[in-house]
Amino acid sequence: MAKKINWFKYSSPQTFYPLAGKMIPWFAVAALLFTLPGLYFSFFVAPPDYQQGEAYRIMFIHVPAAWMSMFIYMVMAGYAGMGLVLNSRLSSMMASALAPTGAMFTFLALWTGSLWGKPMWGAWWVWDARLTSELILLFLYIGFMSLYAAIDEPRRAARASAVLALVGVVNIPIIYFSVKWWNTLHQGSSITASKGPTMAASMFIAMMLMAMAFWMYTIAVALMRVRCEILERERHAEWVAEAMRGAK
Amino acid sequence: MNLSEFFAMGGYGFYVWGSYGVTALCLIVEVALLMRRKRTLLQRLGRMSRVTSTEVKNEIQT
Amino acid sequence: MTSLTAAFRCIVARDITLALRRRADVLTTLFFFVIVVSLFPLGVGPEMATLRIMAPGVVWVAALLASMLALERMFYGDYRDGTLEQMLLTPQPLPVLVLGKVFAHWLVSGLPLVLIAPLLGVQYDLPPEGLLILALSLLVGTPVLSLIGAIGAALTLGVRGGGVLVSLLVLPLYIPVLIFGAGAVDASMSGLGAQAHLSLLGAFLLGALILAPWAAAAALRISME
Repeated sequence: MAKKINWFKYSSPQTFYPLAGKMIPWFAVAALLFTLPGLYFSFFVAPPDYQQGEAYRIMFIHVPAAWMSMFIYMVMAGYAGMGLVLNSRLSSMMASALAPTGAMFTFLALWTGSLWGKPMWGAWWVWDARLTSELILLFLYIGFMSLYAAIDEPRRAARASAVLALVGVVNIPIIYFSVKWWNTLHQGSSITASKGPTMAASMFIAMMLMAMAFWMYTIAVALMRVRCEILERERHAEWVAEAMRGAK
Repeated sequence: MNLSEFFAMGGYGFYVWGSYGVTALCLIVEVALLMRRKRTLLQRLGRMSRVTSTEVKNEIQT
Repeated sequence: MTSLTAAFRCIVARDITLALRRRADVLTTLFFFVIVVSLFPLGVGPEMATLRIMAPGVVWVAALLASMLALERMFYGDYRDGTLEQMLLTPQPLPVLVLGKVFAHWLVSGLPLVLIAPLLGVQYDLPPEGLLILALSLLVGTPVLSLIGAIGAALTLGVRGGGVLVSLLVLPLYIPVLIFGAGAVDASMSGLGAQAHLSLLGAFLLGALILAPWAAAAALRISME
């Protein structure tokens, strides 16, 4: 019973707001602590690839960004589903706080993929299965955010976009599979994705460090955004007014 | 390895630095935008709370 | 069970009657489809070899757009005159009613596209077998579009800018249907046989039949709160 009360305590926006405030610096510092060695490994420790030369160093941000774009969508849909089923405000706020960062990482995966593709494939854009799925993922993020923004009433906005996120999650594997099929059928017109260089241990470490840095960054930024969201939605609540009076 | 060689990235400098630069830019801009959003929000809420508290005071006085 | 089928049949009959009273709406979707398909040769030139390669994709993209344009009508009329609210209150499960509405909507907006598609395929000089597969793939694929579209239409009910918004929500989800629908025609024309594509489209249809009415019903309840 005591555990249950504790859980509900931290799932209320009022208690989560200061807690999130305390957590943000830790995650920000952690992000920095992973970035610095991550950059060191990606530029100074990892050897140049014998085929791709130095250009393959883009991989150290391209692959983590692509991972993040997919993970964030899953986590976002998880929060959205939780908000829908448990009817908890905080979960749906977390879902909408994650969406812009997820969309940004999707964009970065496309951007870096394009910059990596130009020297390797000779074209800025190739209809490769992975790039195409990433593009569709960006569309899904945009749909989620525009539905959320188009509905004025916050409760309905949260619930409607949660349904959309869940429908998207069911569809993502189907979309990925069909794009892959489509890509192999039309192989004549496109070049298959280079498998990426065989990984030396230092390359793997660099990629993992950058992925961890992105994770920590995402958590810190999502917490920042959820704090803004809480303030905006609860601005008429007593505790916000009290906190404001306390601050002045 | 000297500095200009490092920045040239074996001829791929534009692509590598274009990727890392835009990534860094996106992350920094996102954080900056969020900080600005928070600041304006707090200012507005602070004004709101001052307005309501003076209203309450006036009501008590009159 | 009988009350379920009765409710389903009742909804379908009602919606079709309503749609037939407003025949112009039905024809608008159809003409949109015809015009979009006919515009492409004007844009890319009349070479038959190119057109034949493009045909499956063009017809399928036009079908996607046409069925998306028709989505707004799926729930909006009932939403505006209050019928939808009554439907939410009936004892029959909402997903069944939604399924009835989707089926009726497909009959008036999807089926005409299927029937006219072979005629448009002739414009693109498709061989007879290609025409048949085109119509077949549309016959299996357009109900999936209506089912997925129902979710989008329910989510954007009464939202400002709903018409444009629904396209953002729904078009990315249409992509698998587009790939396998157009792919079926491609495969049959290149002699590979369209069976695999058509059975996958059938699998999509089954999956959508099972999942989409529930999702759309949940979305309707959220929108009507």
